[in-house]
Amino acid sequence: MSTPHVLLGLLAGGPRHGYELKRAHDERMPRAKPLAFGQVYATLGRLERDGLVEQAEKDQDGGPERVAYALTSRGRVALDEWLHTVETPAPYVVSALFNKVVVALLAADADRARSYLADQRAAHMARLRELTAAKTAPGASVGDVVAADFAIAHLDADLRWLQATLLRVADLYREVHA
Amino acid sequence: MTPILRGSALTRSYGPTLALRGVDVELSPGEILAVTGPSGCGKSTLLHCLSGILTPDSGAVHYRDADLTTRSEADRSKLRRTEFGVLFQYGQLVPELTAAENVALPLLLAGTGRRAAREAATSWLDRFGVADCADQRPGTMSGGQQQRCAVARALVTEPAVLFADEPTGSLDTVTGETVLTEIVRTARERGMAVLLVTHDARVAGYADRELVLLDGAADPSGLGIGIGS
Ligand SMILES: Nc1ncnc2c1ncn2[C@@H]1O[C@H](COP(=O)(O)OP(=O)(O)OP(=O)(O)O)[C@@H](O)[C@H]1O
Ligand SMILES: [Mg+2]
Repeated sequence: MSTPHVLLGLLAGGPRHGYELKRAHDERMPRAKPLAFGQVYATLGRLERDGLVEQAEKDQDGGPERVAYALTSRGRVALDEWLHTVETPAPYVVSALFNKVVVALLAADADRARSYLADQRAAHMARLRELTAAKTAPGASVGDVVAADFAIAHLDADLRWLQATLLRVADLYREVHA
Repeated sequence: MTPILRGSALTRSYGPTLALRGVDVELSPGEILAVTGPSGCGKSTLLHCLSGILTPDSGAVHYRDADLTTRSEADRSKLRRTEFGVLFQYGQLVPELTAAENVALPLLLAGTGRRAAREAATSWLDRFGVADCADQRPGTMSGGQQQRCAVARALVTEPAVLFADEPTGSLDTVTGETVLTEIVRTARERGMAVLLVTHDARVAGYADRELVLLDGAADPSGLGIGIGS
C-alpha cells in the first residue's frame, strides 16, 4: 500500500494537519477511495513512531486533530527512495473475475461461465461510459482526466480478457473436467 | 425523442455472403451510438446502408420522414452532401487536392463561397492540430494526419448525422481523444447524431449506447460471440 508514502509526499510542501492531509489526498487522487480520518491518524502515528514525521506544532488542548505534522529528514529520504523504486509488476493474477470464471466451470458449466462473462462485460461497459463522460465533461481538471484514464485503461484490459476468454470457455471447461 | 434516423429489418448480401441479416437500429438527435463486434460482422455494411451509400436488399432506412431506399441516387447523394457527414474506414481524401481543399470541398459542393469555405476548412484543420498540413496533399501526410483531415471534412458542413467508421483507427490515444472529444462536443452542442463504428471498447465508451453485431445480426450477449456456441 502506498498511503504512508502519499502522506509523506503531501507533507513535502510543509507541515499540515491530519484533516488537511485527508482533503489534499482526496483532491489529488480523485478516483481513489477517499481516506478515512482514522486511517490518516493511524498512519501518521506509525510514521511518527518510525521517525519519518514529527509533530510541528500543537494547540494547548492537544487532541490528535490539533497537531500539525512535518516531514523529518529521514522521512524525506524515505519518500525519495520510494519515488525511485520501480513497482514490481504484479506476480500473481488477483481477480475475482478470473476466479469466478474458473469456479463457474468447476461448479456449474460453460453456459454459466458465458452468461457471467456477458453480464460482467455489460457492467464494465457501463462503468467505462460513466468514466468517459466524467473526463470529457466541461471543466474536468487534468487530475480528473488522468485518474479516469487510469481506470478506463484497466477496464479496457478486463474487457479484452473477457472477450478472449469467452472464445476459450469450451476448451477450458474440457481441461477443467478432464 | 423521435429518431432522426431509423433502419428497419435491414438485410444485405455480397454474392453468397449474408453481411446483414435483419438489423434494426435507431438514432436520436444528439445521440451517439457505438456499433461494435468482431471483424467481418457487418459494421461497415450497416454504416453504408444507413448513409445511403449502399442499398439494402430488404428493409427500410428512414431519415426524418423520407425512406432513403426509395429515393433516387441523386437525392441520396445530395442528402450525403448536405445532411450527412461520412467518415470511411479506408482511403477518403482526394489525392490531387491539398488538405485544406479536401476539407473545403463539401462546402463548395453545397454552394458556399470559396473564401468562406477556405476559412472554415482552416479552422477545422486547426481544431484537430493539422493546420500545418493545410497546403499538403494526402500523399505527403502521415496516416494519422490524413485521418484527422478526413474528420475535419466530415464535420465541416455541420451535418445532422455523422457516420464514422473507425475514426481513430490510426491515431495514438491522446490524438484519438481530441477527435472523439470534438465529435462528442458537436453532438451535444448541435444535436448531431453519431453512428460510431469501432472495435475498441475505449472508443465505444464515448457513446451513449452500443449495438453489438455478430454475423450480421444484433448480439444480445454483447460479446460478439453466440452464447451457447
Ligand atoms: N465489397 C464486398 N464484396 C464482397 N464481400 C464483402 C464486401 N464488403 C464486405 N463483404 C463481406 O461482408 C461481411 C461484412 O463486412 P463488413 O465490411 O461490413 O464488416 P466489418 O464489421 O466492417 O469488419 P471490419 O471490422 O473488419 O471492418 C464480411 O464477411 C465481408 O467479407
Ligand atoms: Mg469495417
